Amino acid sequence: MGMTMTQKILAEHAGLERVEKGQLIMAKLDVVMANDITGPMAIPVFKKMAKKVFDKDKVVLVPDHFTPNKDIKSAENSKSLREFAREQELTHYYEIGQMGIEHALLPEKGIVVGGECIIGADSHTCTYGALGAFSTGVGTTDIATGMATGSLWFKVPGAIKFVLTGKPGKYISGKDIIIHIIGKIGVDGALYKSMEFVGDGIKNLFMDDRFTMANMAIEAGAKNGIFPVDEQAIKYMEEHSKKEYKVYTADEDAIYDEVVEIDLSKVRPTVAYPHLPGNAKTIDEIESEEPVYIDQVVIGSCTNGRMEDMRRAAAILKGQKVNENVRVMIIPATQKIFKACMKEGLAEIFIDAGCSFNTPSCGPCMGGHMGVLAAGEKCVSTTNRNFVGRMGHVDSLIFLASPEVAAASAIKGYIANPESIKEDK
Amino acid sequence: MEAKGQVFKYGDNVDTDVIIPARYLNSFDGKELAKHAMVDIDPTFAEKVKKGDLIVAGKNFGCGSSREHAPLCLKEAGVSCVIAETFARIFYRNAINIGLPIIESAQASKDIQAGDEIEVDFDKGIIHNITRKKEYTGQPFPEFMQKIIAAGGLVNYTNANKN
Repeated sequence: MGMTMTQKILAEHAGLERVEKGQLIMAKLDVVMANDITGPMAIPVFKKMAKKVFDKDKVVLVPDHFTPNKDIKSAENSKSLREFAREQELTHYYEIGQMGIEHALLPEKGIVVGGECIIGADSHTCTYGALGAFSTGVGTTDIATGMATGSLWFKVPGAIKFVLTGKPGKYISGKDIIIHIIGKIGVDGALYKSMEFVGDGIKNLFMDDRFTMANMAIEAGAKNGIFPVDEQAIKYMEEHSKKEYKVYTADEDAIYDEVVEIDLSKVRPTVAYPHLPGNAKTIDEIESEEPVYIDQVVIGSCTNGRMEDMRRAAAILKGQKVNENVRVMIIPATQKIFKACMKEGLAEIFIDAGCSFNTPSCGPCMGGHMGVLAAGEKCVSTTNRNFVGRMGHVDSLIFLASPEVAAASAIKGYIANPESIKEDK
Repeated sequence: MEAKGQVFKYGDNVDTDVIIPARYLNSFDGKELAKHAMVDIDPTFAEKVKKGDLIVAGKNFGCGSSREHAPLCLKEAGVSCVIAETFARIFYRNAINIGLPIIESAQASKDIQAGDEIEVDFDKGIIHNITRKKEYTGQPFPEFMQKIIAAGGLVNYTNANKN
């Protein structure tokens, strides 16, 4: 009986020839990451177990959630994170001015590569599966234990295999595909399992699409999402990292709990309606209903704040004006992306259209700052969660969408089809 | 180890944003967080909950963020046990790691109603519904997790197993 891609990585990190679904293992960790919400909480827990982190090159701290600090308590938390990073002489601590949203920053800085076993005290740590790594989100106590010991217990997951075929249409990106998938299997459709993406349709997806898809594996309840390492992934890692990556491929006789086939050419622009990421509606269904007028648009986050996302939003917004009833926050995920937006002229397109263009932060995604919603307000957001109260008041509504749909909606003032916007060539 | 109290009942997919909204995450003090437990799904929970009370919910309890503030605020609010049909995986780990007892039981999740008086015998894995005079069996934890729980959480377990 063969192993899945995830099982092979876990077996290697546990020092075992083979593992099987349900087995409890102790695995060695290559990267242990925390942010300004989870990190400060982990420090006192860590200190109950150790004085020094297990490896100062492998513990990564990124203040990105409530930064630039939104209030005094957040500033105190960031300060404790900063002091801990100095005291432990961590190689990878990224201050305002160099930082970015963690799940965009770590691949960009080459801190994470294929074949690694990674934990992060943030649920969207599953993003790095796009590079062919086993990567999963954990809580404070787990991350403190990882920082102290360099290893952690895992229950080996089973997997669902998603066979992707075909080529996505013009305005279809990773976000539409993953919302389509979560809509199909449900928000607990992959509970405790891996989502392994395979198939020759993958070659038609940019790395940024794959990051978006792996990022939202958690929204289907998955332990991790993972892509095979192909030429594009190798090129990305060689351009961004000096670390050695390792390529794992699933055995041909690997056991999957389920196989789901997705024809990418049939995926339509897809939006997740309140209050679950699985409440998927295609743009065609949306257009057949009464328009949903909106108050705010957010384009950014660990899900959709990467360069390809910025380019896609800019292609729609070029030469256009944001609707007078809508405010738009565009937040490139890292300093590097911010700079590239300026260099490629995207920043100018956004500002000319009437959007705000902001420093990297997770801010509005979880109602932290930089775009908190009032009662009754509706927001189209390229983020990953539309739970009750996620971005502000419990009576606000969040519609999760791709950068193209978000940009089109910003122009029209209601949830709109990017195909309805005439691009300025 | 036992838990006894009255039940607060919720549906499927109770997420960590309603258990403890991010606007309160600038603190990780359990007592402070407990004041806001469940506020976005049940605004009167924090004032009504008594020490020993239980939460019973449907599928995928604790989905969403990795914030350990979620099980911590429930524990500090006095919740003695959460019973659900299934738990989201990070919440599941976090609860075990900080010593908030949780039990998966589809039958108990369906049958138990708000306000029922419940007693849980963790050693036997049996849930007694005193109000309805019924019994349900929970999924037992694997031995390894039982050791973590018996040690009082992952920190104590890690310290006890050094070298």
